Amino acid sequence: MDVLKKVPVREQDAKKRATNFEEVCLGYNKEEAMEEAARCINCKNAQCIKGCPVAINIPGFIEQVKNGDVEAAYQVISESSALPAVCGRVCPQESQCEGKCIRGIKGEPISIGKLERFVADWARENEIKPEGAKEKKGKKVAVIGSGPAGLTCAGDLAKMGYDVTIFEALHEPGGVLVYGIPEFRLPKVDVVAKEIENVKSLGVKIETNVVIGKSTTIDELMDEEGFAAVFIGSGAGLPKFMGIPGENANGVFSANEYLTRSNLMKAFDESSNTPIMRGKKVAVVGGGNVAMDAARTALRLGAEVHIVYRRSEEELPARVEEVHHAKEEGIIFDLLTNPTEILSDEKGWVTGMKCIRMELGAPDESGRRRPVEIPDSEFTMEVDTVIMSLGTSPNPLISSTTQGLDTNKWKCIVADEANGKTTKEGVYAGGDAVTGAATVILAMGAGKAAAKGIDEYLSGK
Amino acid sequence: MYKILKKKELAANIYLMDVEAKRVAKSCQPGQFVIVRMDEEGERIPLTICDYDRSAGTVTIVFQTVGAGTKMMAQLNEGDAFHDFVGPLGCASELVNEDKESLKSKKILFVAGGVGAAPVYPQVKWLHENGVDADVIVGSKTKDLLILEKEMEAVAGNLYVTTDDGSYGRSGMVTQTIKDLVAEGKQYDVCIAIGPMIMMKFVCVLTKELGLPTIVSLNPIMVDGTGMCGACRVTVDGKVKFACVDGPEFDGHAVNFDEAMRRQQMYKTQEGRAMLALEEGDSHHGGCGNC
Repeated sequence: MDVLKKVPVREQDAKKRATNFEEVCLGYNKEEAMEEAARCINCKNAQCIKGCPVAINIPGFIEQVKNGDVEAAYQVISESSALPAVCGRVCPQESQCEGKCIRGIKGEPISIGKLERFVADWARENEIKPEGAKEKKGKKVAVIGSGPAGLTCAGDLAKMGYDVTIFEALHEPGGVLVYGIPEFRLPKVDVVAKEIENVKSLGVKIETNVVIGKSTTIDELMDEEGFAAVFIGSGAGLPKFMGIPGENANGVFSANEYLTRSNLMKAFDESSNTPIMRGKKVAVVGGGNVAMDAARTALRLGAEVHIVYRRSEEELPARVEEVHHAKEEGIIFDLLTNPTEILSDEKGWVTGMKCIRMELGAPDESGRRRPVEIPDSEFTMEVDTVIMSLGTSPNPLISSTTQGLDTNKWKCIVADEANGKTTKEGVYAGGDAVTGAATVILAMGAGKAAAKGIDEYLSGK
Repeated sequence: MYKILKKKELAANIYLMDVEAKRVAKSCQPGQFVIVRMDEEGERIPLTICDYDRSAGTVTIVFQTVGAGTKMMAQLNEGDAFHDFVGPLGCASELVNEDKESLKSKKILFVAGGVGAAPVYPQVKWLHENGVDADVIVGSKTKDLLILEKEMEAVAGNLYVTTDDGSYGRSGMVTQTIKDLVAEGKQYDVCIAIGPMIMMKFVCVLTKELGLPTIVSLNPIMVDGTGMCGACRVTVDGKVKFACVDGPEFDGHAVNFDEAMRRQQMYKTQEGRAMLALEEGDSHHGGCGNC
């Protein structure tokens, strides 16, 4: 065994998986996990913990895996995370825990994400549940949104003994874990639903089909329904479009729509009652994780898929693993390319996309080199479907219906990073509703911080 | 689960249902809509709110069976329940937020086409309850498809019924009735037209000529209905708007109807297939040329 290298993780063959929606990564078995755990040098001043937004005691749980006591490892993780089976799959470990791993200086870092996933999956298969509160506090807290921020906040508050109700706008809880991230990266029934069951087993109630700001308001929840505090984890919001001609042609979708149809409504399954466009040649515009998810979904639905991104590979915001997987599966990357117009036939259906080649100029305010157009480099890409994956802008439903809740110039809810406190008393917020589109784990970190903030607030009352 | 307390067939393939949905009934306003799912596998179907009873906690929906989803929904009976019933979605009608006194001085004309009578009804009723009697034109293809006539009569100022084939009331399209009323010397400050997209388009062409400001309520394709998916985007005054959060009501003279109608056709092929599969069940295995 080479201690400088990770124990490789088994994956579904790229050719085979390009035609199905089953999970790509197969995860470690106990033997492999123990072997990988043995690489951890159990640093006294563990940097990995500092890289984790929810500060899991990483060397602590790995130590237990090393000893072969997976249940003990699970209880260590559960102290800090309500969704380990999710995080082990979708966290950008390379820039967080694994990015700080001392082992990573000379060789490959410990495969923390895969170990976390192994522990969570083992606990699920062996029906180990997180431990709930011993004493009830007798105070009600409302959590808006059942995505990663909301579930984490609700789980933590329930463990502290609060009576928590989550309000979810869609018909199924899970937020982006259900509508956004595809089955092949995060199985819905086996993983997401089970993690939500775990949160519910702590005593958390979930009421679906409630749109806060429409069905009821935060003020009503506090004044009429007796909630002493509220956490807003309502997520990102409205999809952005480029504003180029032809964008409303038939066959142009936001990544949100495309993924929601496939993931939440199961349109990838022919027997689903919800339709989805099965294009022959699809262009996905954008370079983030959502773009990769949309592209790999379209591929599995039978299309030739192109990622169209205006900067170069180095600037792709997506996780390295996702880009790697996408390439393996046969996604074509058209980098340094920017769409200028979407072309359609006389009936309004997409026939192609006019693009222009780009090159990188001087760095812009984000520190990334600014892409500039190369004159006279226009060309037309023949496609029948275009998926825009350009991020989102905040949904005004809650901010516009809640008295005294301030938003910033990007219309995101203003909240203190340390404790989630907003400008309205008793109301806390975190996740994409505060930061704009970010990652699952950052939202979880914010949910965790807010749970602490709410506990401090209610304890002082 | 959201229980169906009452079901009534208003006309061939047009159904009314009172559904128990306390949160929606408590907060809904005229102009808003709901999204329903009949069972765990159902698609999300947006429907306009036709009426509501806050004390009973019920919401009245009216729908026409146009696809496989609504056809299956029509098989639900009193005592059955919807798996999901979410709302109210969209913005309330502008009238609701207007100053009540200035509203009383306004001459308002409603134009309802087909099932569009359902979303028009709560607005006219609300106005009536607030002391404003609005004129209402209800258009229908034929006498048998006319719905909510009595209910509308009870709350409207003047009610004008017209049928395309002349089988009942006036004869001709709703646009003809608008022309006739204007020719008779009627004057209106605002028109609210709700019905099939093509009807709203032609009402708007006419009212623009007449200089009559017109509000329409759009029903584009939607998935979540809360501003997440962008499927319902429409171009209004050259700008992209989301019908679910910015609408569903818009300035009819600024709506790009041709684009909106085109976008409504997006899934027609798939919907057609689903309908055939539903009608023919196991006997349908493709190759018919229609799928």
